[in-house]
Formats: sequence, structure tokens, C-alpha cells
Amino acid sequence: MATEFTLPELGENIAAGDVVRVLVAPGDTVKKDQPLLELETDKATIEVPSTLSGTVKEVRVKQGQKVKVGEVVLTVDDSGGSAAGATSAAASAPKPQPAAAPDSGGSSQRVQEAPPATPQPVAEAPAEQKPRRGEVVDIRGAARSAPTPPPPVEAESDLTPPPAAPSVRRLARELGVDIRRVAGSGPAGRISSEDVQAFVRSALSGPGGGAGAAAGAALPDFTKWGEVERRAMSNIRRKTAEHLSNAWVTIPHVTQHDQADITALEALRKQYAPQAEKAGGKLTMTAIALKIVAGALKKFPQFNSSIDVARNEIIYKKSIHVGVAADTERGLLVPVIRDVDRKGVMQLAAELGAVSEKARAAKLSLDDMQGAGFTITNLGGIGGTAFTPIVNWPEVAILGISRGAHQPVYVNGAFEPRLMLPLSLSYDHRVIDGADAARFLRWVVEAFEQPFVLAL
Amino acid sequence: MADSSQLVVIGAGPGGYAAAFYAADRGMTVALVDPSPNPGGVCLYRGCIPSKALLHVAEVVNDAKHASAWGVSFAAPAVDVIKVRAFKDKVVSQLTGGVGQVARLRKIDYVQGTATFKDAHSIDVALVDGGTRALRFEHAIIATGSRPATVPGISIDSPRVMDSTAALDLPDVPKSLLVVGGGYIGLELGSVYAALGSKVTVVEMTDGLLPGADRDLVNILAKRIGSIMEAVLLNTKVSSVKEVADGIAVTFDGQLPEGMPKERTFDRVLVSVGRRANSAVPGLESTRVKVNQRGFIEVNAALATAEPSISAIGDVVGDPMLAHKASHEARVAVEAILGERVAFEPAAIPAVVFTDPEVAWCGLTENDAARQKREVTVARFPWGASGRAITLDRTDGLTKLVLDPKSERVLGVGIVGPGAGELISEGVVAIEMGATAADVKLSIHPHPTLSETLMEAAEVFFGESTHVFKPKRK
Repeated sequence: MATEFTLPELGENIAAGDVVRVLVAPGDTVKKDQPLLELETDKATIEVPSTLSGTVKEVRVKQGQKVKVGEVVLTVDDSGGSAAGATSAAASAPKPQPAAAPDSGGSSQRVQEAPPATPQPVAEAPAEQKPRRGEVVDIRGAARSAPTPPPPVEAESDLTPPPAAPSVRRLARELGVDIRRVAGSGPAGRISSEDVQAFVRSALSGPGGGAGAAAGAALPDFTKWGEVERRAMSNIRRKTAEHLSNAWVTIPHVTQHDQADITALEALRKQYAPQAEKAGGKLTMTAIALKIVAGALKKFPQFNSSIDVARNEIIYKKSIHVGVAADTERGLLVPVIRDVDRKGVMQLAAELGAVSEKARAAKLSLDDMQGAGFTITNLGGIGGTAFTPIVNWPEVAILGISRGAHQPVYVNGAFEPRLMLPLSLSYDHRVIDGADAARFLRWVVEAFEQPFVLAL
Repeated sequence: MADSSQLVVIGAGPGGYAAAFYAADRGMTVALVDPSPNPGGVCLYRGCIPSKALLHVAEVVNDAKHASAWGVSFAAPAVDVIKVRAFKDKVVSQLTGGVGQVARLRKIDYVQGTATFKDAHSIDVALVDGGTRALRFEHAIIATGSRPATVPGISIDSPRVMDSTAALDLPDVPKSLLVVGGGYIGLELGSVYAALGSKVTVVEMTDGLLPGADRDLVNILAKRIGSIMEAVLLNTKVSSVKEVADGIAVTFDGQLPEGMPKERTFDRVLVSVGRRANSAVPGLESTRVKVNQRGFIEVNAALATAEPSISAIGDVVGDPMLAHKASHEARVAVEAILGERVAFEPAAIPAVVFTDPEVAWCGLTENDAARQKREVTVARFPWGASGRAITLDRTDGLTKLVLDPKSERVLGVGIVGPGAGELISEGVVAIEMGATAADVKLSIHPHPTLSETLMEAAEVFFGESTHVFKPKRK
């Protein structure tokens, strides 16, 4: 049964208007209050809402046409109820709506949905896969499908210019970055120059590199194999993860291993320990290593340098500040001992004791941990025969010390028990050649064996 | 012995001279080759600039007429064609002379003549003053532009049958003029002649004026065009054109309005059916430059041709044939030659039709969206609700934003109304910067101006425009 919809009273003194737009077509299902027309009147442009529900049978007005109040605008078939009407309309509609389109009322156009380019590890599943309320959904499945957007979206995004200012697009091009792969951090996924730079950094870290990249890959469900507990990463842990993954991906690492015979040195250390204690320190192998490293850095200045990649320059540091890795309850901290070359072993032992105490008491200031040109990390107190420390960027080398142990050493035609200290030197191969590293470490070994060389 | 320069630019239109100037500014030695006395090309000599000078005259005539509605009446205009032409010529010579001066200041070797390629690193220029000059180059940029397209059987050899170049010469104000082609050139020039007093008929093959542009914009222009032209014939072709004693006899083929004879005689006919690329550069076959089937020189995103030493820009490499596209490409081409990693990758190229009212658009149009089957939300602000438009007595305008329904990003902007060409730039910036409807809405626009219509269109998107009542869709 077709009912005519006539242009209703629109307000005082409005007798007619020009049709700006017809919002429905024959076959559409309309509901009461749904806008049917945009009408431009002398006073304003208004939307004319429907007073009927049903299927549009015939539209009798056209865009640009003048319509008077009381004139028939369209006819609506309101017989079989809206549900039946909708079905038949869908079957007879001249332009069938695509499956993914919003309902025929066109009301759900502004659904809040994350833009496809956001860097969330779990993106929304494609619309067709969206669960109905009450349906059980495999979240892991959704997560797996997330990295590959459905093809139609991809095709569409190719036609849409990336949401980045021209200057940012140019920056990306200069850096060789496909701007479409960069996730924007701004509103509507807008890409800033910082986003492009961050993308480059994470791209350099390669697959699996960096804390961020690790987060990108989906984790298995560990609860399948037993109970788990999740804890937030502490600040120190997060910074350490970031810093070390950055160092790991930026620096081409090589580690050189050697051993120093410290039999004689250990005897001396024991002999002078009480004296150091009196001075307020503890004469540790680390304190002695500090002094030796200071000598080595003087002899081999490229181990006390940094690379300025942007300017293709190597920065040589004239002062000798050495960081010492400290294992604390809160995590790894690296306080810095300054001007190591100008201090005696006793003083170094005292300073080392003081900063270690500060580190454990969580009293190190940022200043205490900055400015080193080289780092020593001594795991000998715990054990181990060798390890491969990561260079503490922007430094270019780090000396790892493992536990000294008695080994049979062939001396003058016979095996003798000697106390051997394993040393592991990791270095940045961009500035340090393998032969130089071997020479540096040999020099250090000889200094451990004959502290007299320090005075040479 | 051939003169040698790092860059030779062939064609001194808005693409070519922009390339030459920029390359000189970047430290290259540059030669610029063109047959005209000064740089400028079609745009300055026979296109954008002279047509805008004449359209300005037309606007004043129309405004004077319109003023009677506000109680200020002027006598009917007395048009002195010679003086109008002189004004237009002065505009052209002032601008081209200025550009020539700037070229000299940049120490650009301006060679007045026509180039023929000898190989990938040299050309011979047949000089306008006689003789030839050989030029060697490291790089060349072809910027030879385009020319009015002709239609066999219609573009007959008669002074009464004009192309856009001849029409801009303004030989006289004919009593009757037929404009063949309802594109932007035909409508702009047709409007000029109508304002000066010709009875103008426009004939267009397709079912609407400005084919390709969104209909809601065109409809508003069409209303006005219909009122200033004697007739607008859509879905109609010109089947024959004959020169007769008192004019040009034209036969139409199509659905003519009632009472309109199939054959009519016009004093003059303007053929404006589009433009063709000038890709037939002499000697191009002695290089590896490729020309595609549509007659455009093939280039990559950095405007390089298949010949490594030769780039090409502007109309000769493809649509849209617009001066501002050419000059933007010019910079990209020069930067690429200088070894920078660049590409021509605009998010929006504005198009402006300088009719009255003007029509302008940029970025995604509704037509594009429909073709790409992509869902968009369109927010329209009719100028009937603009205070500024009402004060101008020109409410025949519309501003619309084409938006992505999910991200609410501005993907396209379309405007029709007086000054639309000036307003569209905001749309270009919005699209290039990735602005959202909220960004446009939250940027304060001065009141009362037509620019507010952009802000209010964004407000319409949120269903909260101050001056348009449009309840939110539930």
C-alpha cells in the first residue's frame, strides 16, 4: 500500500524550497524521522525528515527543483512492515549496497574505529569478522590476522594520500622510507617528522631487534603451559632494554678474548688491601683494572672515542672517564669515575667503593652516570669464564672481566699453577680494527701481568 | 663550437621558466629556449593571464548591471573593443616583460627560437632572427606545453572560426557566438563575450557542463550560465560547419529545445574542445624519450624520461594541464637533476574555473569517490546561510568537504561561488597537512568572510553548524 509523503510545514512564512539533495532512492527503506531531502529555503538549508516508515517506491522530486509545502515528494510502500519491506527492497534495489556498508538508514557512518595505520599490536579485525554481541571470539586469531589488513583496505589506502605534511613526505623520501609504512602518532594517524625518524630507528633494528620490535610480534599464550604472572617493567629495566637494543643494532660488535696471569698481582693486591681499607676503599680487581684501562686508553685513543655518523667524524675525548657497571637490586647502573688517569689506585678504590654504595642506595644522580668514554663490567665476583658484553653506546668499547681461576700454565718447560683472569673486550668495529683490539687487549693483559708497564 | 650549459630548458611557459629560474638559483648554468620574445608561454601570452584580464572586465560589467537591484543604476556599457584589447595586451606585456627581466638578472641564456634534438646532449635552435645556434647540455627539461585541440570538419580555416588563442585576441564583439565545448575554456571565454554583448550559445556533447566536475557544484554555475547565455545545448554535437556569406552555418545533432532550428548561422564560432600535448618535439626520435599513446611524454615520479639526461614537465607529460602543476613539477625536476631524492606527489592539485560564479575543487571529488567505490561523508554548506554571501547579494554558492568517515580526514574540497578560486587554497593546505574536520572546525575564520563557509562545512559534518540547521543523524 503506497502512501504519499508531502512536503510538510517547515516553519513560519516558508512556502517552498529548492531541493539541494535527495537523500533516498527508490527501494531504500526509510524510518520515521529519517532525513529524506535537503531543502534550501530563503532562510536556511534544512533537512526534511520522514513522517512515514517503509520502502521508498517513487521519488517525485529532483535536485535543483523547487518544491512547495503540500507537494508530493515521494511515495512509500508501508505494507508488509519494515522488516519484510527491507528484504524485498534489497532484492529489487537497482543499486545493491555493498555487504560492508552501514545499514540502509545510513546512520552508522561515523563509527569510531582505529585508523588502519595505527601502531597497535592488535588491530581491529575486518568488518565482516566483527563479532556479534554474545558471540565467542578467538582473540588470538584476531591478533594473528591483524598485521595483514584486508586487501580492499589496502587498495583504498593506496588512493588516499598519506596523512603527512609535504615536508614530512619529503623527509621520508630523503631517508628512503615508504611513508605508507609509517604509523602516525597524531590525530587521524597524522605522521610527523618524529614518526618518520622513529620508523627509521626501528627499521634499522631489523626483525626482532629492539624492545619495540619485540613487542610487535604476537606472544604465545603462556598460560597454556602453566600459571604466569605479569609485572610492569620498571623504569630502569625499560631504559636498559631501549638503550641496549639501540646499542646492539647500531654498533657492529666484535668481542676479543684473552687471559692475564695475575698471580703476582693478586699477591700484591692482598698485601695492600689493608692499606686501601684504611683509606676508605676496598682494593678490588676492578679498581686495579680502572687504572690499567686508563693507561690503555691513553695509549690507544680510538678506544676513548665516539662516532658522529651525521657528520662523518670521530670524536676523540681528551679526558679519561670510565664507567663501571654495578649490579643493584633495581637493575644495572653504570656510575662513572672521572679523570681515572690522574688518580692513584688507592683513590680509585675509595671512589669506587663510594659510588657503588651510592648505586645500591639508589642515590646516584644522572650526573654520576654520564660522560664515560669506556666501561668496565666485572662479573668475576659471580663466576664465568668469558662473556660478550654489549658496548655502552655512544662509547666504542667495553672490557668484561670474568672470574680468575688457577690454571696449569706451561712455564719454562713445566706446568705451573697460575691465577688466570679472563678478559673479554667488545668493541665497535666501525672505528676499531681487529688488530688494534688485539693490541689493546694484549697491552691490558701485560699491564695486569707487569703493572710496571703502566709507568712506562 | 656549441655553447655548453648544465641545463637547457625547452619551452618557457610557467613550467619551463620556473625550472630555469630555480636551476639558476641553485647554481646551475641555464639556457632557456622559446620562440616568444619573453618567457611566459601559453599561460602568460594566450591563456590564464589574458583571459583573466578580460574576465575582470566582464565582472565589472556584470556588477554594474547587478547594482540596479540595489538602487544604483548605470547606463548600458559602451564597449570600446580597441581599449579593452589594449588593456589586456598591457597586462600581458607587463607580466612577460617582468619575467624576461628576472631571467636576465639570473643570467639565464634566453634563446629565442625553436629547438631540435640532435642527441641526448645537444640541440640545434632555429633562431627567430635567423640562423641556428647549437647548444650542448648535461641535462635538458622538456616543457613544450600544449595547444588547443582541433576537430576535423569543425575547426575549418576561416577567421570566423576561432580557437582560444584567436578568441583572446578579441577581434571584435560578434553579435552571435557559438562556443563548441562546455569545458572551462569555453565557459570562461563565452562569459567574456556574453558580458561584452554577444549572444552566446554553448554546445556540449555530454549531458552537463564541465564534464568531470561534481554535479552539485556545476548545477549552481549552470543556473547562472543559463541566464547569461542565449542557449546551452547539452547532449548535442555539431555535425557540420560551413562558411557562408554572413557567418558560419552550423548544423546541430541532438535533442534541441523546442523551436530551435537544427541549422543556425553564427557570426563567430569558438572551438574549445580541450588541449593536446606538444610532444612532437623535433628530433626527439634521436633520443630515448618515449611518448605514450595519448601523446604525452612518459616520465617517472621524479619527472625523468627514459633518456637519463632528459626530464619533462607540465602539459606535455599529462593531465591536469594546469600552470601551477607545471611550475611545481619544475622544482621537483630540478631537484631530481641535482641528485635529491624527490618525487612529484601532491595530495591535492587545485582546479579553478574562473567563470561567474567560480568553481574550484581539490583532492578527492565525489565523482572520484564513486568511481573508486570508496565510502565518503560529504558536508555541504550552502552560501544562502553565509552572511558575507548575502551582503554581496550572491548566495549562489556552495562549499563542501569530502571526508573520510572513519578518520574524519579532509580528502577533498569543492567550492562554487564568487571568489571560489581564492578560497580553495585553504582546502589544499588542509588536505596536504592531513587535517581532520575537527581541525578545520576549530580554526577560527574571520567574520564576515566567505572563508567561513569552509569552517561551517566542517561544523555541518558534526551536525552543529551555527547557520545551517541539520539535526544529527541518529
